[in-house]
Amino acid sequence: MNINYDKESKLLKFEITEEIDHCKVEKIKRRVDNEIERYVPQNIIFDFDKVSFMDSAGIGMLIREI
Amino acid sequence: MKTKYDNEMNLEILSKSCNEAFARITVAAFASGLDPTIEEISDIKTAVSEAVTNSIIHGYENNEGIIKINCKIDKRKIIIEISDTGKGIENIDIAKEPLYTTKPELERSGMGFTIMESFMDELKIESILGLGTKVTMTKTIKENTLG
Repeated sequence: MNINYDKESKLLKFEITEEIDHCKVEKIKRRVDNEIERYVPQNIIFDFDKVSFMDSAGIGMLIREI
Repeated sequence: MKTKYDNEMNLEILSKSCNEAFARITVAAFASGLDPTIEEISDIKTAVSEAVTNSIIHGYENNEGIIKINCKIDKRKIIIEISDTGKGIENIDIAKEPLYTTKPELERSGMGFTIMESFMDELKIESILGLGTKVTMTKTIKENTLG
């Protein structure tokens, strides 16, 4: 996962590159939570362009983060 | 192993979430003999991932158990059975409702059965409380007209 924070626009961008399933989602969630706490962004972008697989665990993560 | 089907395979895995990717990739590799499209393979992988996740989280409640996966090919149809000997489902009709989950504290989406139902042609759920659950999914792979 690549993470990019733009100070000016307070925009935090997560570019997810791994498969999102029940196994990987915990690790991704922890990292997302840590980064949000660290930067306290105004806007967040999740970029799924490089995600080759996602099941309902990914939907669960998004519902929670929103 | 004698079979009345064109092809058949059995896989047994421990109910560990790190085995989910192995299970779905194995089933996808088995299905690849039918020359499916990338979309059809992706549907199968997602449905298998959902069924295996259900067995791990709900069937065995993250305790150790065995998940059996049986796949058969009958002409253009793939039949996938995923079973566990976990706690079983109390009410299948309610469990199938979109967004319904018995474990909201785990931030589950409650979309497992909905995804299996929409990505596959048929979904059958058999469950006995205390004995386990068997999910049977079928999908007909369209003939590749380009070949």
